[in-house]
Amino acid sequence: MQEAADLEAAKQGDAEPLLRVRDLRTWFLTDAGPVRAVDGVSFDLAAGETLGIVGESGSGKSVCAKTIMRLLDPPAKIVGGSIEFRGRDLAKLDEEEVRAVRGREIAMVFQDPMTSLNPVLRIAKQLVEAMTAHGRFTAAAARTRAIDLLRRMGVASAQAAVDRYPHQFSGGMRQRVMLAMGVSNEPALLIADEPTTALDVTIQAQILELLRGLNADLGTAVILISHDLGVIANVCARILVMYAGEVVEEGAPEDLLTDPRHPYTWALLHAAPRIDAEAEDRRLVTIEGQPPDPRAWPEGCRFRARCPFAIDKCAEHPDLLPIDATRASRCWVTQAGGALHEPVRPQPQARDAATAVAPQPLLEVRGLSKHFPLPRETLFAEQRVLRAVDGVDLDVMAGETVGLVGESGCGKSTLARLVTRLHEPTGGSIRFAGSDITHATQAEIRPLRRRMQMIFQDPYASLNPRMTVGEILTGPLLLHRIVDGQAAARTRVEELLGLVGLPRQSMQRFPHEFSGGQRQRISIARALALGPDFVVADEPISALDVNIQAQIINLMVDLQERLGLTYLFIAHDLAVVRHVCDRIVVLYLGKVMEIGRAADLFARPLHPYTRTLISAAPVPDPRVERTRRHVPLKGEPPSAMNPPSGCRFRTRCPVAEERCAVEMPPLLPAADGQLVACHFPGRI
Amino acid sequence: MIRYVGSRLLTSVVMVLLSTLVIFLIANTVPGDPALVAMGDMAASDPAQVKAFRAEYGLDLPLWEQYGLFLQRLVHGDLGISISSRRPVLDDIVDYAPATLELATIAFILSIVVGLPLGVLAAVRRDSWIDHVARAVSLIGVSAPTFWLAFIMLAIFYGQLDWAPGPGRLDPVSFPPDRITGLLLIDTALQGDWATFHDAAAHLVLPSIVLAMATLGLVTRTTRAAMLEALSQDYVRVARAKGLRRRVIVNGHALPNALLPVVTLGGLAYANLLAGAVMTETVFSWPGLGRYTFRSAVTVDFPAIMAITAIVAAVFVLVNLAVDLSYAMLDPRVTKR
Repeated sequence: MQEAADLEAAKQGDAEPLLRVRDLRTWFLTDAGPVRAVDGVSFDLAAGETLGIVGESGSGKSVCAKTIMRLLDPPAKIVGGSIEFRGRDLAKLDEEEVRAVRGREIAMVFQDPMTSLNPVLRIAKQLVEAMTAHGRFTAAAARTRAIDLLRRMGVASAQAAVDRYPHQFSGGMRQRVMLAMGVSNEPALLIADEPTTALDVTIQAQILELLRGLNADLGTAVILISHDLGVIANVCARILVMYAGEVVEEGAPEDLLTDPRHPYTWALLHAAPRIDAEAEDRRLVTIEGQPPDPRAWPEGCRFRARCPFAIDKCAEHPDLLPIDATRASRCWVTQAGGALHEPVRPQPQARDAATAVAPQPLLEVRGLSKHFPLPRETLFAEQRVLRAVDGVDLDVMAGETVGLVGESGCGKSTLARLVTRLHEPTGGSIRFAGSDITHATQAEIRPLRRRMQMIFQDPYASLNPRMTVGEILTGPLLLHRIVDGQAAARTRVEELLGLVGLPRQSMQRFPHEFSGGQRQRISIARALALGPDFVVADEPISALDVNIQAQIINLMVDLQERLGLTYLFIAHDLAVVRHVCDRIVVLYLGKVMEIGRAADLFARPLHPYTRTLISAAPVPDPRVERTRRHVPLKGEPPSAMNPPSGCRFRTRCPVAEERCAVEMPPLLPAADGQLVACHFPGRI
Repeated sequence: MIRYVGSRLLTSVVMVLLSTLVIFLIANTVPGDPALVAMGDMAASDPAQVKAFRAEYGLDLPLWEQYGLFLQRLVHGDLGISISSRRPVLDDIVDYAPATLELATIAFILSIVVGLPLGVLAAVRRDSWIDHVARAVSLIGVSAPTFWLAFIMLAIFYGQLDWAPGPGRLDPVSFPPDRITGLLLIDTALQGDWATFHDAAAHLVLPSIVLAMATLGLVTRTTRAAMLEALSQDYVRVARAKGLRRRVIVNGHALPNALLPVVTLGGLAYANLLAGAVMTETVFSWPGLGRYTFRSAVTVDFPAIMAITAIVAAVFVLVNLAVDLSYAMLDPRVTKR
C-alpha cells in the first residue's frame, strides 16, 4: 500500500493532468444483455504526453477512445466513471457542450483513411469547416491555414491539392489530410485510433514520424491506439495494455516491452515475430483459447483461463496495482515483484534434412507479365495498360516457403493469381511440376488444380455464407472425384477438420458461427482438401489479431512439415515473412528488386528498396529501435500505368544516379546466391 | 463532356429503334385484327372492303416492309395515320401529351418535395413518430392500388366533402385558354386568366396526389434507407468528431451522398409517371396519353401503338441520360468524359 501511495503521490506531484479517466464503464445495452466493452478503465494523461493503448480486437481500446470523444450512440451508454478533461467531466456534458470540445480541444483520427473523408466534398471544404465550425477562423483564413497544414503534413503541391476530391488521393495522403484536420484547431489532445493499420509499412513510418513531429512541435498530447506493439513503442512514452475491457498493465515501453509483468502483455510480445530476431524454430508462442465473452466476464482474473502462469489466487479479481514508481500491473503472480520467465520454445527440429535432398523446382516462372488494359479515355485515345506484373523470373523449390513482399500495388497478388492461373498471363511462361501451364485451358489445368491451392486474406469474404463447413469442404472432394460417395467424403472432411484443429461438429455449422481465426482454419482445410503440394497464401494472416496470427502460422508450419507442402507466402508484414520464409522475393512496381535467403536478405539487404522496407518496420523494443539505422523512404510508389524509365525505384531511391534513369538494372547474382536488380548493390 | 453526351445520344437513337422493333413484333404476334376492330361488323363481313382497308394502312405488306415503311416515315417526322381516329398520329399526340405532361410533372414535384424531406427526417429521427408516419406513407403509397385510391379520393373529397372539383381538367363552364403550350397552368398564366388558372390547378390536386402516391412512397423509402446508410459512414463520424453541428452533418455530409440513389429512382419514376398514368387518367377523365395508349391498344391501332412506343422509349432514354449527367455532377468519382 505504501507503494500505491507513492505512485499516487508521484502523479499528484506533477501539475494537474490534462485528462483524468476514472473507473470508466461503457456498456452496450443490447437486448441480449449488457456488453461490457469498457469495464473500469482509469488512467491519467499529462499535457503533451504520448500514451499508447494496445490490445486485441474486442479489448475495448477503441470504445474507450470513442467514449472520451463522446461519439457513441445508444445502445452504448456510459454507465459509470468520469472523464475529467481540463477540470470538466466530459461524461456529464450535454451534446452542445461536447460539440464545443470535439475537434476544438480533442481531435480524433480514425483507422481507415479511405472512408474517413466525404467522397463528394472537396478537401478544402472538409478542412475549412473543421476550423470555421468553432469560430476561430474566418473561411478565408481557414483556407490559407488548410494549405499551410497540408504542406506541413507533406502533401505535395498543397495549393492545388486542397481543391481536389478525396478519391484523387492515395490512402497515405488521405491520412495526412486527416492529421491536418486533426490539428487544425490546435487541440490539446489528439486521439489516433489505429491510424496506420490500413497503410503500407513505408507509409506507416512516414505517418508515425509526422505524429511524433506534431507532438514535439505543437505540444499536442497524443493517445495512439494500435494492436501493434512496434507502432506504439515507436511513438509513445507510456503504454496501457487493455484486455477484456480493463487495463491490465501500464508502464514505459522500456520496461513493459522488455520485462512484461502481466502474462497477457507477455503473450502479446512473444506471439508477434520480430524483424530483428533470428528464429530457430518457426513456431511462435501462443496462448490458448479466445478472449472471454464481454457479456459475462469471468469471475476473478479475466485472463486466468488462458494464462500459462495462473495460480489459485487468480480466482479473485486483481486490481491494477503499482509494481514500482512508474508501472502497474493487474496480476497476482507478479505482485510479489517477480518477472515472468521466458517462454519455453519448442526444440528446433532438423529441417535441413528434408531440404538437403537436391531440390527440384516445383514452379518455374520466366519473364512473366500481366498487363491489364484500362478503359479508353475517349474513343480515339491510346489504349493504356496497367503493368501489374512486368517480367518476373522466379523459382519455387519443392518443400520450401517463398515469401513475396512489397507495397500495395507492387503486383504481389497479381503474381499469385498468375501462377495459379486465375489470371491469364500477358507474356512469359509458367511451368508447374514440369508441365507448361502458361496458356493451358481450364480443362487442361483442372487435373493440376488438385496440386495447387490458394488461401485468401479475408476469412469473412472467402467462405460462402450459405454453405455449411461440411458442404464447403466436400465440394472440391466430389468435384475432383477424390472420394467415392458421401460417406467417404464425410470421413475425409473429419480428417481435414482434425488436421486444422477444429472439432468435427464444425461440419454442420455455418461460417458466420466461427471467429476470424477459426474461419481461416476452415480456409486452410478447404485448400488442403485435395491434397495439394503447392499452396499460395495471399496475406493469410493480415486480418487477424496477433495471437491468432501466431496460431495460424504455427498451423501452417506444422502442416508443411507433416504434408511436405510448398508455400508461396504473400504478406506485407516483413517480420512475419522473415519468420516463416526460406527465401524472399522483393517486388516493386511489377518487377523483382531482390531475391535472397530470408536470413541473408535481412542481415545484408543489397537493394536500397529492401533496405528501406526493413528500416520502416517498427520493432517493439525501444532499446533496439534507438540503435537501428533508419532510412526514410520518400513519397509513394509511382503509378504502374507509366512507370519511371530505367530502374523503377529510382524516383524514391536515396542513392540513385543519372545512370539509373537510363538503364534498367538486370537481376544479377551477388554473393551467396542472392539476386539483386541494382546498379549500386549494397551502397546503402 | 460534349463528346460524351453526343455518343450517349447516338446510342439512345439505337435503343429507341430497337424498342420499336420489339414492340412491332409483339404487336403483330398478339391476336386481334385491326381491320375487324376498326370497321365494325357490317363492313368487316365484306372481304373487298377489308382488303381495301388493309391496303390503305399497309397491313397487306410483308412484316419487314411494314416496319421499313414505319422507319421511313419516322425519319420524315411522319408517325402515320391512326386507324381509330383517322387523324395523323402526331396530331393526336400533340393534343393528348400536354395533359399528361402537366399531371405527371406536378405529381413528380409533389413526390420529391414531400418524399425527400420525409425520408431524411425519418432517418435522422429513427424510430420516432415521424419515422412511423414515413413508414405508413410509403407502405400505403406502394401498396394501395391506384384505381382504388383514385375512387376513394374522388368519393371523399369530391363526393362527400366537396373540397375538390370533379374529374376533367377544367369545369365544364370554364373557357379553356388559347392553346400556346397545351399546359393549362402555363397557358392561363401567360394570358393572365387567373380564374381559369385556379380552376385548372384545383382540378390537378386530386389526380396528382393519386398519381404521386406510389412514387412518393418509393422516394421516401429510398431516401430513408440511403440516409441511414450515409449516416453510418465513417466520414459522418469524422464530421461529428470535428464538432460540426448536427444540421451541417445531415445536410452537408450525409444528404449529398444519400441523393445519389434517389436521383436514379427519381429519373425512372418520372419516366414511369409520364408513361403509365392510365388508371389515374381513366378515373379522372383526364384527356392524356395514358387513355390514348389504352384506346390504341384495345383497337389494335398499329400506327398509334408504334408512335407511343417510340415516344415512351425516347422519354426513358433521355431521362436516363439526364440521371447519368446529374450523377456526374453530384459524385466527383464518376468521371466526366
